[in-house]
Amino acid sequence: MSLNIIVLAKQVPDTRNVGKDAMKADGTINRAVLPAIFNPEDLNALEQALKLKEQHPGSKVTVLTMGPARAAEIVREGMFRGADGGIVLSDRAFAGSDTLATSYALSAAVRKIGDYDIIIGGRQAIDGDTAQVGPQIAEKLGIPQITYAEDIISVEDGVVTVKRRIESGVETVKAKLPLVVTVNGSAPDCRPRNAKAVQKYKYAAVPSEVAADEAKKEFIEKRPYLSIGEWNASTVDADLAQCGLAGSPTKVKSIENVVFTAKEARRIENNDEELEGLIKDLIANHTIG
Amino acid sequence: MADKNNLIVYCEYEDGKVADVSLELLTKGRQLADKLGIKLEAVVAGDNLKDIEKQILPYGVDTVYKFEDSRLYPYTSLPHSSILINLFKEIEPRIAFMGATSIGRDLGPRVSSALHSGLTADCTSLEIGDYTDAKTGKEYKDLLYQIRPAFGGNIVATIVNPDCRPQMATVREGVMKKEVRDSNYSGEVITKEVNKYTRPEDFVVDIIDRHVEKSKVNLKGSPIIVAGGYGVGSKENFELLQQLADTLGAEVGASRAAVDAGWCDHDRQIGQTGVTVRPKLYIACGISGQIQHIAGMQDSSIIISVNSDPDAPINTIADYVITGKIEDVLPKLIKYYKKNSK
Repeated sequence: MSLNIIVLAKQVPDTRNVGKDAMKADGTINRAVLPAIFNPEDLNALEQALKLKEQHPGSKVTVLTMGPARAAEIVREGMFRGADGGIVLSDRAFAGSDTLATSYALSAAVRKIGDYDIIIGGRQAIDGDTAQVGPQIAEKLGIPQITYAEDIISVEDGVVTVKRRIESGVETVKAKLPLVVTVNGSAPDCRPRNAKAVQKYKYAAVPSEVAADEAKKEFIEKRPYLSIGEWNASTVDADLAQCGLAGSPTKVKSIENVVFTAKEARRIENNDEELEGLIKDLIANHTIG
Repeated sequence: MADKNNLIVYCEYEDGKVADVSLELLTKGRQLADKLGIKLEAVVAGDNLKDIEKQILPYGVDTVYKFEDSRLYPYTSLPHSSILINLFKEIEPRIAFMGATSIGRDLGPRVSSALHSGLTADCTSLEIGDYTDAKTGKEYKDLLYQIRPAFGGNIVATIVNPDCRPQMATVREGVMKKEVRDSNYSGEVITKEVNKYTRPEDFVVDIIDRHVEKSKVNLKGSPIIVAGGYGVGSKENFELLQQLADTLGAEVGASRAAVDAGWCDHDRQIGQTGVTVRPKLYIACGISGQIQHIAGMQDSSIIISVNSDPDAPINTIADYVITGKIEDVLPKLIKYYKKNSK
């Protein structure tokens, strides 16, 4: 049985490598210096999708992302690694969305796609670490969810078997399609780009990327497989009251740059005498030993 | 008539024992409920719940809602979500807490989506305070301040939930303190009928196999932790940390960067997205001190920083700073410990 698979992916600032210049003097984030990357656990999710596609010939993998038009970069990246196409959901109306408004918009896009068997996303995105959007989409679509997945073992006769990695150990669960699966970072890494796919899809773009270039526009129009979908709130029939700030129950009251109270540190020279002195002190005051 | 507008905590349990994170949340919940002049409630759903309230009531719980059914254990998303969604519709809690565990983080979003109530994940602090909406000028009294690190821990955001109820938050284990209010505290136990709160189709996810592995790592309980960051430089150098830990009877921990580099397992990660620790001695090796890491270890009694960068941010919170290379300093510490200990 071939499967229609939707992969939820997010383009995120690489918060793991925040250097000294990442914060501006006023305490806000200097996004310009942070590289935008494919959210790491969404790559784990993509790998699970591509594995299912191999096991079920004829399956189709669609990458769905919400963000500015620039997020087409990660749809292309997904296509370079084996996805069949994708959609960027982009609208000013989505600005300021909390997780609930985000899941509302994405679930509206999933409904618009319509034909899906399994939705796979990363457990969480590294810029928020909330892990909320996957389960919230499942709830809005009225379908089950399996979170913390490490391996989608199989899909047979409409039943999916998944291994989950949770604090207390490992669980293997079965559930019927359709459903949402969120994938842990402990799952296998995503395969690298495929040279043939890169050749095939390197000019893939959303309409707004090529709007100013008639030649490119025509080139893509003749090759529908290069066209990445670009949808907005009205394309997916979203209720604006549920989008963006208006649709977000949570509000940010304040944001503070983190400052820790400095202690008076004792400098220990890296020589035998001082290091031995430190060890002796720690033994004497029963910190160690 | 159901008692409404109180503070409720979803209690997790395993092996007949209520999870520490739930008891920590009850402790915090009691403080906040006192401040607001409301009741503290708890909900527990599972199998074999006989006498479970004895573990819960001493934390100052006024009402325990019990949902007992063999199909509710082990946890699956849908029936537990349905129970909370329908219970919350009935008792309209003002505030709801759950652990930021694989259960709470699976359940919370589903419930918040169904009730269109806001949920803030992984809070590190919870307070009560007022809020004025900057746009409308509308004032709100006694909201829950949901305080959490964001953006990889580089900022701390205070989130509020002005109009929707319940105000929901998850908190990781070890972040709040656990404290019994009164071992004889008397509260009411209300046993609920599971079938009135769930639908048959909620039981569609079958757990066919379950291996409960006792965590091999006990970072939280270890009085000494030797932790490594990206500055350790290699997996081989990480071995030196293990040697020092073995010598001192300590556990090895790591920053996110070291875990991402593959030098250490994820279950040893310390910080906002890992474990929060408060050991007697914390030896930070090659850890620069990203805020998301510091958030998870700043309450250590004594902090020693070993770093080749004399200006590493972590040095500002350290008690002792040793400027030098890991491969140079650690063997000396091992040598002098062996020489001086009895």
